[in-house]
Amino acid sequence: MNKLVRFFLIIALASAVLLFTISSLNTSQGYSGGNTLTIYNWGDYIDEDLIKQFEKETGIKVIYETFDSNEAMLTKIQQGGTTYDIAVPSEYMIDKMRHENLLLPLDQTKLPNLKYIDKRFMDLSFDPGNKYSIPYFWGTVGIVYNKKMLNGKNLTSWNDLWDPELQNEILLLDGAREVMGMGLNSLGYSLNDTKQAHLIAAKEKLDTLTPNVKAIVGDEIKMLLANEEASVGLVWSGDASEIMSENEDLDYVVPKEGSNLWFDNMVIPKTAKHIEAAHKFINFMLDPKVAAQNTEYVGYSTPNKQALKYMPKEIVNDERFYPSPALTKKLEVYDNLGKKNLAYYNELFLQFKMHTK
Amino acid sequence: MWIQMENKLTKNLYLFPYLLWIALFVIAPILLVLYYSFFDIEGNLSLINYQKFFTPVYLKMTFSSFWYAFLITAISLLIAYPTAYLLTKTKHKQLWLLLIIVPSWINLLLKAYAFIGIFGTYGAANSFLNLMGIGSQQILFTDFSFIFVSVYIFIPFMILPIFNSLNELNPTLLDAANDLGASKWTTFRRVIFPLTIDGVKSGCQVVFIPALSLFMLTRLIAGNRVITLGTSIEQHFLVTQDWGMGSTIAVFLIIIMVVIMVVTNTRKRGV
Repeated sequence: MNKLVRFFLIIALASAVLLFTISSLNTSQGYSGGNTLTIYNWGDYIDEDLIKQFEKETGIKVIYETFDSNEAMLTKIQQGGTTYDIAVPSEYMIDKMRHENLLLPLDQTKLPNLKYIDKRFMDLSFDPGNKYSIPYFWGTVGIVYNKKMLNGKNLTSWNDLWDPELQNEILLLDGAREVMGMGLNSLGYSLNDTKQAHLIAAKEKLDTLTPNVKAIVGDEIKMLLANEEASVGLVWSGDASEIMSENEDLDYVVPKEGSNLWFDNMVIPKTAKHIEAAHKFINFMLDPKVAAQNTEYVGYSTPNKQALKYMPKEIVNDERFYPSPALTKKLEVYDNLGKKNLAYYNELFLQFKMHTK
Repeated sequence: MWIQMENKLTKNLYLFPYLLWIALFVIAPILLVLYYSFFDIEGNLSLINYQKFFTPVYLKMTFSSFWYAFLITAISLLIAYPTAYLLTKTKHKQLWLLLIIVPSWINLLLKAYAFIGIFGTYGAANSFLNLMGIGSQQILFTDFSFIFVSVYIFIPFMILPIFNSLNELNPTLLDAANDLGASKWTTFRRVIFPLTIDGVKSGCQVVFIPALSLFMLTRLIAGNRVITLGTSIEQHFLVTQDWGMGSTIAVFLIIIMVVIMVVTNTRKRGV
């Protein structure tokens, strides 16, 4: 019994010491007062030097936390335990958060740098009038392929994936919208199509792709493609640029039929306490020079038109990541189709997964 | 009389944490799952989920879950029984047993990722095949790799109960069988196996039931080429947010598990 009591005492003591250390560390770094800004962003999604620059310019202390999925971020903001002042969700999540009243409206008069954002990326279906969100980065869904393994063959179209030579060579993302979208696009339909006949046609077309599909995987797709486990993969452009820097034989293409256009956006969630500072930070990130530096670091595509002028030509002119206006017209943002349609997409995707070779 | 009442009172007091636990963490969740299963995706009360379960898609999924769970259990048993038998004959049996159990302390995901590396095109398994002159094969994302890794993960849970029942076996019974002229095979068939059947049963239960609802491995090792009920539940809750359908599949899984428990238990009384 004595031993047990001692055991619990030691644990209680250790916890107390750790708690004290945390709080003293926080005060020594100036995190205690009201002059702070808590940012909640994806992992490795900002140039940390810019945070230091912002702190120096404004005297505001930045607390930076990261998440790895929109859903994880949503849960934390719903719970409201931490007072996040800025979050960076993807477009479909903004639509959802907007409807659940989890976002605060932005005061655009405090964001003069908003004028630098490309008009193409403003006022989109997930947030009409940019009332709640400002685009941070954008990208596409496309095909990564290994030039060496394909002996120099070029892929340009979704339909190239149905080539019998690619037997057992394709890795797909485990996402209903992405895979069904590929089927719909290959038939010339919209990514947001909800007509049952079109969706069934897309699913049946996908079924004929199964001999070429090696696996349907999650985030492991990056590792598998970089390690040449397969020669072709359906991926997001951000992941593509990441693995292309790891393996030089990889190339990325946005198929000519069109594809998905996605956005990560800065928002001020309901949990925010430092709204003034949050606006300052958003405006700071919209500054063309800052955006250019950040884009070069992160490697995604920036929506900041003015920033492109401060970036190296080979990045700006890379049509894989900054598609030509003609192709951009064919890119579509995922609309929020509602639970029922989404369930139908998932049902068909499940049937496709169960379709045996 | 007074003491008796006090006794009863303390007894009830001791019972309280157990009952609270069962009510909060066993009965309540099952009732909640049952409750959610009666709602369609838009939150209306309906039986559509149950109707949907009896469509070819979900019946096929149920069948394939059963088939893979059966294969995993059968192969585990075939390997575990001789291993457990051998272990009881060794000198330091507890040490050998520990060595078999140690891998189960390592996180499942970590082991799955390790197998992606081993079974990959440029992994250790394929370098070995190349060395043998067989050449590279696709191992990852096949039925073989899925069953192999599942068996690897579940086998300690099969060995443990069989080992225990073999260990408790009275050796004089074997001597008696021998004295009465039974061959080794007859001794095994008529004495050893019937006396250790309880261990085999609990081993099978412990393996079959979780194997029925495996989900992470189906993506990591089988590349979604194997779809089980577990995969589907995960998808309905996390992606589609169709909690009703997810719950309905869970209800059927619970029913199936109860049936398995009841069936294996009544046979025990018969022996």
